[in-house]
Amino acid sequence: MSTATFPIVNVEEKLFQNRYRVDHGRPHIQIKDARICQSQCENKACTFVCPASCYKAEGNGAVTLITDGCLECGSCRIICTEHENVAWEYPRGGHGVLFKFG
Amino acid sequence: MKEKFDAIVVGAGPAGNAAAYTLAKAGLSVLQIERGEYPGSKNVQGAILYSDALEKMIPDFREDAPLERHVIEQRQWVLSKDSYVGAHYRSDAFNHEPYNRYTIIRAQFDKWFSSKVREAGALVICETTVDHLIMDGEQVVGVQCDREHGDVYADVVILADGVNSVLARKAGFHGEIEAANVALAVKEILFMPEETIQERFNIGEEEGVVIEMIGSITDGMMGTGFLYTNKESLTIGVGCMLSDFKTSPNRTSPYAMLEQMKRHPSIAPLIAGGEMKEYCAHLIPEGGYRAVPKVAGNGWMIAGDSGGFVNAVHREGSNLAMTTGRVAAETYIEARAAGKPMTEATLRAYPEKLKNSFVMKDLHKYRDMPQIFHHNKQFFTTYPDLVNDAARTMLTVDGVDKKTKEKAVMSSFRKARGLPGMFGDAFKFWRAVR
Repeated sequence: MSTATFPIVNVEEKLFQNRYRVDHGRPHIQIKDARICQSQCENKACTFVCPASCYKAEGNGAVTLITDGCLECGSCRIICTEHENVAWEYPRGGHGVLFKFG
Repeated sequence: MKEKFDAIVVGAGPAGNAAAYTLAKAGLSVLQIERGEYPGSKNVQGAILYSDALEKMIPDFREDAPLERHVIEQRQWVLSKDSYVGAHYRSDAFNHEPYNRYTIIRAQFDKWFSSKVREAGALVICETTVDHLIMDGEQVVGVQCDREHGDVYADVVILADGVNSVLARKAGFHGEIEAANVALAVKEILFMPEETIQERFNIGEEEGVVIEMIGSITDGMMGTGFLYTNKESLTIGVGCMLSDFKTSPNRTSPYAMLEQMKRHPSIAPLIAGGEMKEYCAHLIPEGGYRAVPKVAGNGWMIAGDSGGFVNAVHREGSNLAMTTGRVAAETYIEARAAGKPMTEATLRAYPEKLKNSFVMKDLHKYRDMPQIFHHNKQFFTTYPDLVNDAARTMLTVDGVDKKTKEKAVMSSFRKARGLPGMFGDAFKFWRAVR
């Protein structure tokens, strides 16, 4: 099998092309208990699977979440099966990503 | 006063629009609720529109629907790191009206479809998220929206709320989606002059090409890539099973995979100079027949992605969405005309109808495919490399005789999979697609 060397991608540059109406101060996704990410989750798959890179692994093992660039796919909730630590809702009506082309 | 409709449709994608359109055409009072700023603003697809499912509702859709190009050529590529082996099918038969399939841009298409729904008489409300279903005991009697006085009632609620199926899950109609039953796909839209597209893909005005790809681009995961020609843009994307992303040994991000794919020497020249104007991600329900949940109950039906109605093998989804939306609506219309209560016993007619349609027949045909491909990643890794190596060996002229080359190719296959392995793979492949 040929393993590709993957390029470093700045996903923010991609997200910059998108239109959003951010619901300031009301994130539609929340980490339920930050301690679980820090102490019980080895893989932290959300930090590389999230297609908008909303989840960041911090140096101390913590995971931080900023939902502004969220593409509302649902992956983070579904992959967090062991800990079910993601509280996931759609943004309030009219908020979040607004696809021009989809 | 309690606001009450005959039917509430949640979501304004292909399934929801088909349902709302069919209900409104039958003269019923319909409320359709969409969380996006406009219908289409939350919706993502490749996207190919298959005419048939839409034609059944709107026979003259070609007159004003925003269609990009009708597809005259389909290419299937099997890629290694630096090459591909392809099978192309192009036919002039696809160039005669009425065209069978088109590339579309979903945000525009959904907006158009929604205008037809409004014309038919449905009340369409946007920028409104449905938070919960309203229950009266076991019966769904309405929905609760995220606005003031947001409770609305209806005889029946059709859930066309997309792959995450949030409402049915919250109501306990089915459990959480499994990562092995959905693909995570990312894509970009790249703009360039239409003449450039026509030259690069050897097509005329309005003609389109579809390229579907498997192989090295998915980094060992079960998945596919695609490249579609729109009028003045290309759509390029890649998707893999979410469970594979989660366990990726290289911790491969979907956007890194897409970027790598764009740099493939066979793909890069086709997209060169394209101006990227949007980046999307979306889940695709690919669990197939066995992953379809219960889709009808007391006062509710589920249509489209929310019910897992996608034929992953043939890359069909929107046509299944439109068909299930329409059939759900028809089920309600008939039950109502017969004066039946909207109980599960009545609405069970909906999955029964689907069983007799192409929707469940096709899903049933490929019912074993997801499992087989999940457990046999060689179809996405070893074989694409072997096939490409074989082609290179046979097509390189270097003084080695062809018999010797043939032997080298055969031995590379045997070494990689073994004879029993190859027979086993052939059998598995046959079982997956029979």
